[in-house]
Amino acid sequence: MDFFLQLLINGLCLGFLYGLSAMGFVMIFKSSSVLNFAHGELIALGAFLFLALVTWAGIPIPISFLLTLAVCFCFGFIVERFFLRPLIGEPLIFVIMLTVGLASMFKGLMLLIWGGNLHTYPDILPASLAIQLGPVTIPPVYIASLVIGLIFLSLFGLFFKYSSQGIYMRSVADNQRAALSLGVHVKRVFALSWAIASLVAGMSGIVLGIINGINVHNLSGIGLKVFPVVILGGLDSIGGAIIGGLIIGLLESFTGGYISTSLSEVVPFIVLVFILLIKPYGLFGLVEIERV
Amino acid sequence: MRKLKFHPSGNFNEYYAQELTIFETDFGRVSLIVGLMALFAIVPLVLSPYMLYIVNMIGIASIAAIGLNILIGYTGQISLGHGAFFGVGAYAAAILATSLGMPFIVAVPAAGVITALVGMIFGIPSGRLKGLYLTIATLAGQFIIEYVLVHWESLTKGTMGINLPAATLFGLELFSDRSFFFVIFISLVIMVLMAVNLMRTKYGRAFIAIRDNDRAAEGMGIPIFRYKLLAFAISSFYAGCAGGLWAFYMRSITTEPFNLNLSIEYIAMVIIGGMGNIAGSIFGAVFITFLNEGLRWGTDILINLGTFSSAALTMAPLREFVFGLAIVLFILFEPRGLAEVWRIVRSSFRLWPFSY
Amino acid sequence: MEKTLLQLNNISVVYSDVIQVLKGVSLAVEKNHIVSLIGSNGAGKTTTLKAISGLLKPENGKVTDGTIIYEARTVQNQSPETITRLGIIQVLEGRQPFKYLTIEENLRVGTATKWGEPYKKDLDIVYHYFPALIPRRKSLAGYCSGGELQMLVMGRALMAHPKLLLLDEPSLGLAPLVVKEIFRIIKRINEEQGSTIILVEQNARMALQIAHYGYVMENGKIVMEGRATELAANPDIKEFYLGMGVSGDMKSYKDVKSYKRRKRWL
Repeated sequence: MDFFLQLLINGLCLGFLYGLSAMGFVMIFKSSSVLNFAHGELIALGAFLFLALVTWAGIPIPISFLLTLAVCFCFGFIVERFFLRPLIGEPLIFVIMLTVGLASMFKGLMLLIWGGNLHTYPDILPASLAIQLGPVTIPPVYIASLVIGLIFLSLFGLFFKYSSQGIYMRSVADNQRAALSLGVHVKRVFALSWAIASLVAGMSGIVLGIINGINVHNLSGIGLKVFPVVILGGLDSIGGAIIGGLIIGLLESFTGGYISTSLSEVVPFIVLVFILLIKPYGLFGLVEIERV
Repeated sequence: MRKLKFHPSGNFNEYYAQELTIFETDFGRVSLIVGLMALFAIVPLVLSPYMLYIVNMIGIASIAAIGLNILIGYTGQISLGHGAFFGVGAYAAAILATSLGMPFIVAVPAAGVITALVGMIFGIPSGRLKGLYLTIATLAGQFIIEYVLVHWESLTKGTMGINLPAATLFGLELFSDRSFFFVIFISLVIMVLMAVNLMRTKYGRAFIAIRDNDRAAEGMGIPIFRYKLLAFAISSFYAGCAGGLWAFYMRSITTEPFNLNLSIEYIAMVIIGGMGNIAGSIFGAVFITFLNEGLRWGTDILINLGTFSSAALTMAPLREFVFGLAIVLFILFEPRGLAEVWRIVRSSFRLWPFSY
Repeated sequence: MEKTLLQLNNISVVYSDVIQVLKGVSLAVEKNHIVSLIGSNGAGKTTTLKAISGLLKPENGKVTDGTIIYEARTVQNQSPETITRLGIIQVLEGRQPFKYLTIEENLRVGTATKWGEPYKKDLDIVYHYFPALIPRRKSLAGYCSGGELQMLVMGRALMAHPKLLLLDEPSLGLAPLVVKEIFRIIKRINEEQGSTIILVEQNARMALQIAHYGYVMENGKIVMEGRATELAANPDIKEFYLGMGVSGDMKSYKDVKSYKRRKRWL
């Protein structure tokens, strides 16, 4: 029973992080219908930047955290500006292939700099913050990740619901032509969605790194696990991404605990194939409102 | 209506049949025959065994890349599982040869058919949806196949790998790189002919219609689900045949090479060579294989010079970086790939000295 | 020519480098006027509007010849972002709401040209013209009726305080009563807000009723122009666009088949 609870908590935490990572992915898909295969690399980049700032440069942790997020934001902006903007108006297949190329490029670059080994952060949170829940211990990083995640989630919720720029972004996702006719800066919206997605990815990279340690292969692999998550949740639903993430996280944690760890790596993809077969638009994908 | 060579001011077709011919001029026909004769007569005699090995690798990669190009370039669907399908072909051939004792000439096409069937399993869910769901399903396929290859130990011997018997063809044992050269390149010629001719049939035209606009294609009465699945099966068949050839050539296979990086390597070949161009796939295979070898050579030199320690400069990440960079640069600056570069060079030669 | 707000000088528009749609269109729009463009399907009315608003670009179209002068500056082939910020807003054909945004959010997208400025007063103005939107402000646009949507997209454009409003078939697919209502509001917007309006319509009768000036397009050319009242009285217009016989009475279906007149400009 204790084992079960531990797995449950691990799974929920992992799933929450998957959901957060997927959120950035969904944002790019919604605004410009690009499947971003370089998402895992954006995640890894955040984790490694944080590592570099904390251990190499020795900057205090809270400042490093904010600095990393800022750099990730700018990085997303730059990627859009220099790689994706020239392709606006080209067939989508080129854009997607481009992200595949970018993924390979960034991953190689990070491997060249940091190598394929496991790195760890210095202990950031004192173990005394852990919560004892009956027989199960919840490590402080889990709680921290949950708190950070929830803060970001609500911030983005408010941003998209109430701020003008957020509404412009949703309008572009909804009907690009009409948005253009009203003078919405569509290119700026694309750039902004890449920037925000990269920021969110960087953040989840840091939290994942705190929990599991950082390794280029693992982190960029999580970028690919985003696909089962978003297919499960519905490609265009941000809330669905979180719930999809939770389901995948739990599934992975339980298979890892009860069956085998190597299977747990594949289970999300098996689920993906079944979801495509049974409920292709995901659990929470928008039902197309069609007025003819 | 035979034309000896291109007219300087361009050729104009008067019949649909002219549009369909493979060679627009007799000159092209003759030069192809001469080229092929040179390839088979001179190359195996001149090249060192190491170069011959590289050329053979190019041949195998070309077959797989043509398969992927049928899917990406002609049908407009991206597959991220081509490396895994290549692996399925290799394993299928190995298992057929070792457990069932199938001869080489049967095992390779059979491996292709098995791979096509496996491919269709992953094609079915994606076919129901419009858009790029096939990409995601093939990504899943890549991971699931990798897992199965490692863990279905009773069949694949897991991480141990399989050793194959020597391939025999018409009673001759194929041992040397030279004998394999003939096998691989004859297969390549057959596969190219099949692909080129496929694109001239109604199936090929349907694929192109789906690529250009799937809704309109459906409106014209093309059942897009069936055709997408067919394209996917054909593409997997090519990957499987290439994998089978590779297995017999290598004589021993393990699960390691068939990972996502291999799939990306094939995508790089298709993009760099030119999407929707059969000859382009071969250019891409040549380019990538030489890039691979060049990088290996370069890193070796740098390590020997002592500029970098071997730990700091490992081959794999550099290769990944360079492949990624090549894909990105080609998409940004020459999205139609080397085939287009070749076309431009050729036409400027033809018009020389009046080219502009 | 101080009063001229917009002038098109002999413009040609080509899509995808091969399909020529407009073949030398010239027209002038005076300040505070309603100008209506009428013509059959495929005459090039919508393309003319898109050439003005810059929306040709995303459809691979281009003004290849001629100039578009708006407030003494040439604006052809500019990006829509630039043109909308000069005060030209186009209301697209077929309504095109943001389906997953609420009515009020839809209206807020209209403030994109003046991002960061307060918009509450503009909302009140829009609700003043379209009171029917008030009870629905919190519901998704995808679930609204055609009439409401037409009001929505016009209101959305109004949020930007356009100096020049381009309306593309506001009456498309609406019931006659709603059409009347919409046209009344267009007239009011023109008079009270001082917006200049170019109105593209199939419903030539309604369009000529509220317009000051009219142009008739056919095959990518302007074939006739004049004051709206004159156009409405022109026997050719009556025959071909207003569906009346020469004598001015409504034609019955009995006579439709036998064409007696030829278009004189052909």
